[in-house]
Amino acid sequence: MAHAHNLEILRGLIKFKSNTQKIWGVLILLSIVTAVEVVLGIYKPDVLMIPVLGMKGLNWIFIILTVVKAYYITWDFMHMRDEKASLRRTVVWTAVFLISYLIFILLQEGGYVFDVYEETFIKRDF
Amino acid sequence: MESTVASTGTEGKVWGGGNKPLGASYGKLMMWFFIVSDALTFSGFLAAYGFSRFKFIDSWPIADEVFTHVPFLHGQELPMIYVAFMTFILIMSSVTMVLAVDAGHNMNKSKVTIYMFLTIIGGAIFVGSQAWEWATFIKGDYGAVQTKGGNILQFGKLTTVDGEEKFKRVAVSDFVMTVPDVRRQHERKNGLWFREEGTLPNYTVNEVYQGLQADPELLVRTQIINEDGHKTVLSRQASLETIRDDGQLVVEGANLRANEYGTALFADFFFFITGFHGFHVLSGVVINIIIFFNVLIGTYERRGSYEMVEKVGLYWHFVDLVWVFVFTFFYLV
Repeated sequence: MAHAHNLEILRGLIKFKSNTQKIWGVLILLSIVTAVEVVLGIYKPDVLMIPVLGMKGLNWIFIILTVVKAYYITWDFMHMRDEKASLRRTVVWTAVFLISYLIFILLQEGGYVFDVYEETFIKRDF
Repeated sequence: MESTVASTGTEGKVWGGGNKPLGASYGKLMMWFFIVSDALTFSGFLAAYGFSRFKFIDSWPIADEVFTHVPFLHGQELPMIYVAFMTFILIMSSVTMVLAVDAGHNMNKSKVTIYMFLTIIGGAIFVGSQAWEWATFIKGDYGAVQTKGGNILQFGKLTTVDGEEKFKRVAVSDFVMTVPDVRRQHERKNGLWFREEGTLPNYTVNEVYQGLQADPELLVRTQIINEDGHKTVLSRQASLETIRDDGQLVVEGANLRANEYGTALFADFFFFITGFHGFHVLSGVVINIIIFFNVLIGTYERRGSYEMVEKVGLYWHFVDLVWVFVFTFFYLV
């Protein structure tokens, strides 16, 4: 089974000699990202608590780092990097499009329900 | 033969079949189909969780105050340490899985066996950790009072740590006073024989109120988050009044109806989403065990391909992928 593996990550910034080495490299990368998340989550620096686009800046950082982790799990552990572009796009764009839509409608409505509770005559604090 | 076999003469051309536009085997494609649909299911759950959070944006429990336990370290507040460990275990077992797939490509049976075994161990540690998380979450540690409106009131004292005034939680069981006229649990043997009721809480609201009155330092904290990102602490007077007028039920720990951390939806989503994920991990471990034994008895060696390990690997990585999101949305954000 001579499988051709693409051994570059970070757009060719890091090149690995073998597939095994790449796996360990990705593990180190994922561990660093998780460690950064945990440290930020414990100390919660005040600078990052300012609201950005309706959410705390820190939460945006967490979400971006999560997507970064998801990318490396899919691309290197699930071998998406070695699949044909057609398979990659079929899987990724379908999910990205449907999930973005779902998140948008549900969070929008959640905010609306909050406003209804907040601004109309519905009593919650009893 | 020419006359009996339908031949279009277009085999090998783009629309003639016979070419593989996605370049993947049937089994792998089906696994990807499943993964995409399962990803949408999980997104649905997490988006619903997001909906409820935005609905209760000013009163959702703060994760750092809920998940503070680490096994064998009793009474210490170490938020996130244990979940970070769980995340690392799952990523680690993903790594051993890719290594097994890689060894499979090289037809190295002994390496595949070792790595599959390590993957199973990692999965088992993760499921065990999750069971422990659940047990801790269900047991709770401070207790709270639920109001008639379903809000949660917690107790504590203001203490000065390093020149900063902080709210330190006090467990309900540490300050309640025993009041003799407690209501007894209704059982089948007394009263109407066909009626019974669920377990009563350990304490009544009156007992909590008496205890609160006796200790002048105790204060009540509501679910509402103020501008500083902390929960609102009521004044002494307001604390007493709220418990006396609005208190309805003493809650210790968590179930699907009420929990001591905040809105009932918080525990509902916690049980549902981490439970659904935990069930995926459990099935993954079972499937991994089946594949492990197939490797041992040489099924794939005879087949000449370890692709089955790769397919199961896809599922296992997907479970890891979902956990990365659950970790973010339950414990970090």
